[in-house]
Amino acid sequence: MDYIAATIKSTLLEAARSRVAWMAVVVLGLALGLAAFLQQVALIEQKEIQTAVAAAVLRAAAAFLVAAFVITSLVREANDKVTELLLSQPVPRSAYFAGKFAGYALVGLALGFFFAVPLALFVPASRALVWGASLAFELLVVTAVSLFCVLSLTQTVPAFAATAGFYLLGRSIDAMRTIAADPIGGITGWTDIAVRWIVDAIAVLMPSLDRITLTAWLLEGPPPLAEVGALLAQTAIYVALIGAAALFDLHRKSF
Amino acid sequence: MRASWILPGRPFSAGQRPFACVPTWVLVCLLAALFAQWAVKSRHSPESPAGAELAPPPGMTALRLASLGDPIPLAKLLTLHLQSFDHRAGNPLPYQSLDYRRLAGWLEQLLRLDPVGQYPLMLASRVYAEIPNEPKQRLMLEFVYAEFLKDPGRRWPWLAHAAVIAKHRLKDLALARRYAAAIQQHATGEDVPLWARQMEAFILEDMNELEAARLMIGGFIEKGMIKDEGELRFLEQRLQELERKAAVAK
Repeated sequence: MDYIAATIKSTLLEAARSRVAWMAVVVLGLALGLAAFLQQVALIEQKEIQTAVAAAVLRAAAAFLVAAFVITSLVREANDKVTELLLSQPVPRSAYFAGKFAGYALVGLALGFFFAVPLALFVPASRALVWGASLAFELLVVTAVSLFCVLSLTQTVPAFAATAGFYLLGRSIDAMRTIAADPIGGITGWTDIAVRWIVDAIAVLMPSLDRITLTAWLLEGPPPLAEVGALLAQTAIYVALIGAAALFDLHRKSF
Repeated sequence: MRASWILPGRPFSAGQRPFACVPTWVLVCLLAALFAQWAVKSRHSPESPAGAELAPPPGMTALRLASLGDPIPLAKLLTLHLQSFDHRAGNPLPYQSLDYRRLAGWLEQLLRLDPVGQYPLMLASRVYAEIPNEPKQRLMLEFVYAEFLKDPGRRWPWLAHAAVIAKHRLKDLALARRYAAAIQQHATGEDVPLWARQMEAFILEDMNELEAARLMIGGFIEKGMIKDEGELRFLEQRLQELERKAAVAK
């Protein structure tokens, strides 16, 4: 436990010293600045437009910041041979992974709530809170996927590209399924059927990122708590899946 | 020993060498490029896109894909983008050059992306339908009418405005009555004010359909739909006036 706690502490220390918090403040300032600008342009529904655009910017920026932090942190650690040093301790690899994941997850949780608080300027605080909790869960998925990608691919660019692709796919897979199920020219041959099956198969392995942290939750109110709970539970299962895959990879890796 | 990866970060400006260390040619290049950039950019000022440049609306599938699973922010941004077409200060006939069929297509897609949003209908009834071009006005009013029928409880204010435009701008009382009748028939929610539901009666009066107007106003009073005493008094006076007019007409 001491090892895990120390790893968490060092990860949080690194987050503080790599200016993630400063970047979060800058992003927040930019999002609120954009919202203020849009207020000048919109003729009606100023609050709704400000909320929707600021929330979309903050959601994407939070995912980017978490992925960038996790990936660059682990790549630098590997390049400095710190990973080897940490893994040479008489503790299981799972403890190293748990410490790292918990540290990064705490950064993601903090970021999720930090970005949700200012949205209470535009919408009732309870809606912002539910949206923030959902964003925090989404960032847990991003953390897990980034960890998995960086442990598997080991280099910054491939890991970041894979994480970004994964995130974008997670948010658009339902639209892709709709396209595959009903192509413009209709289903005309075995290729259309194959494409539909492939897209359906990919969808099974993807988290439903297009069903959580929705702007509609801020503007029209979140769905019933049971539904939010079910969506977040689904996300938690997905984090466990990706975490297990990353752990599997880490155990097989030879340093 | 502390590992280098957790050393405290240094201020951004710390550890930099003095300006004198930068070769003169680098400074010259920097200043020249800065001047060239300023010269190029200052030659043209930003302009709103002209109406003729409005492209056909993208398909719903493409929009859903582009929204990355969260359609509302995309709908809001596209609405503002659409509004920017031909919206120039000092333009005496704004929006005249827009292709209104394309415009209606865009507005429809925006409403499909964000059905709760009212902005596209506001643009349709209060901006695009206000131009001095009757066919285009009619097209936009019909668009508002068609969209109203999909969600009358929320969209009635825009059809009410369309009825006003039909009556006062187009002088087409039959069209205004059609819109007013639709509001009375479909917008039955508690929050729909009585004046909106009474519009048809007053348009009937303008059309000299005095008997129909009298029956309608009498119906409002009989059904107890009017709670406000002042409003009730006003309608009763109106009813008496209609009865007098009808008697004179006979």
